[in-house]
Amino acid sequence: MKAVELENIVKTYPAKKTTVMAVDNISFSVDEGELFGLIGPDGAGKTSIFRILTTLLLADKGDAFVLGYDVVKNFKEIRDIIGYMPGRFSLYQDLTVEENLDFFATIFNTTIQENYDLVADIYRQLEPFKTRRAGKLSGGMKQKLALSCALIHKPKVLFLDEPTTGVDPVSRKEFWEMLKRLKAQGITILVSTPYMDEAKLCDRIALMQSGKILQIDTPQNIVNEFGKNLYAVHSENMFQLLVELREYPQTESCFAFGENHHLTLKDEAFDISELEKHLTTRGHSNLTIKKIEPEIEDCFMQLMKAHQNPSHIVAMPKEGLYEYN
Amino acid sequence: MNKEIVIKTDKLTKKFGDFIAANEITFEVFKGEIFGFLGANGAGKTTAMKMLIGISKPSYGNAQIGGFDVYKQTEQIKKNIGYMSQKFSLYEDLTLKENIRLFGGIYGLSDKQIETKSYDLIKKLNLIEEADKLVVSLPLGWKQKLAFSIAILHDPKIVFLDEPTGGVDPITRRQFWDMIYEAAHNGITVFVTTHYMDEAEYCDRVSIMVDGVIKALDSPKNMKEQYNAKSMDEVFLMLARGAQRGE
Repeated sequence: MKAVELENIVKTYPAKKTTVMAVDNISFSVDEGELFGLIGPDGAGKTSIFRILTTLLLADKGDAFVLGYDVVKNFKEIRDIIGYMPGRFSLYQDLTVEENLDFFATIFNTTIQENYDLVADIYRQLEPFKTRRAGKLSGGMKQKLALSCALIHKPKVLFLDEPTTGVDPVSRKEFWEMLKRLKAQGITILVSTPYMDEAKLCDRIALMQSGKILQIDTPQNIVNEFGKNLYAVHSENMFQLLVELREYPQTESCFAFGENHHLTLKDEAFDISELEKHLTTRGHSNLTIKKIEPEIEDCFMQLMKAHQNPSHIVAMPKEGLYEYN
Repeated sequence: MNKEIVIKTDKLTKKFGDFIAANEITFEVFKGEIFGFLGANGAGKTTAMKMLIGISKPSYGNAQIGGFDVYKQTEQIKKNIGYMSQKFSLYEDLTLKENIRLFGGIYGLSDKQIETKSYDLIKKLNLIEEADKLVVSLPLGWKQKLAFSIAILHDPKIVFLDEPTGGVDPITRRQFWDMIYEAAHNGITVFVTTHYMDEAEYCDRVSIMVDGVIKALDSPKNMKEQYNAKSMDEVFLMLARGAQRGE
């Protein structure tokens, strides 16, 4: 059985004089025990998919199942076996840390003690603050409490909607280490993120944009399918370098990419030393051009360019997702 | 080198009771520089930024923003800076043109100036057909680019950008940085916070705040050399890993 299955799911929202296509005929499935990532910017349709799968939102068309249960007909069964951490902090701000956790345990007919081993690793970091109201916690602590509350009834499938958005790189790393440990305990995890560098930490990923899936595969296969030579170019004057690389006739695409610019060429057989000569005569010092393996973000940009004009993305206002329930 | 200093702080400190949110922060930012203000959640970035833009009074220490004092001249500071954040940037129920007129008015531009600026901006962003549409209907990427253009509408000396590229797709994120480069090239100082460590590489200099203090301040290149790291991500992890406090 699949842990999660979507078949031709469509979801639109009414907007002023028009409709926004939030999920555009999407089908995919997640295996049991898999750590599956929905990767994409705001407006990709990630939250709508989460809310359909967690039985909080009805799709316009299509079918969806969680561990074989239909999200419409069997919503009660689904709610018992899933954990959901929404993108927006949704715990009771006026209850303490411990009261929140106890509350979620109670409504699922269990106790903190019964499943403590599952949350121990995360909750231990919160224990010094267990009498503090949830509303007074730091961002990182809130995130840990929300995860603990989503886990306390030992769910079979865990849905995490952008758990690391706005979180600094250190906390993001720690969070993914927690996910790895949860996966090792056999929990299926569906997680979304706008950070492309987190994609490689998933077993499989769906790259999403404007309600559509651009590609779905293991991170390594997606990288392998990039299909072009990719060069990292660096010199002393990076801004000037970017301008000149974009003007260079052989350039197919050139994007700033951290400390390097990433470049693909129109003609794969082109002798790259020609470019080196060209840039050197233009006064670039400490020039390096290296062939490199693409990252998921390179693949994402290539797919975006292949699919459409990147600027035609209407992101639903975050609040809107909650108004049309 | 004789560089004009536009932000200068000296032991700038903010306490909330016993808690020292920003602890004796001292740094300078130069005209036309892209300055990356990095730190873990809770390191004190927002607190420091609020003092710099004149909306939070320091506990002690000094700072001049565009030559104006953060204690006595907060109104002049506000007139001479631009500000944009990920969370709030434009009024979604106003049209694009109305947003420009509103912000132009707030910054004290004349009707004539607003008209000219409005026209230039809309033309430059290639949004002529969208000028009378509500901002809510614009794609996110356009909204962020528009918000940035409006934040620098009044030709401020400094523009403060608080996580401007959060949630934005990778191509638009890069187009946004093209606009930052252009503004800096035109002499506007850019003070920017981000959680994308690749964007830290695009800054002329970055500071990394940990537990209320500035732990490191240098160009990305020098920082990587000093910490023997391959990327700014590594530098950041090395410095922030020891952080004691959350947000």
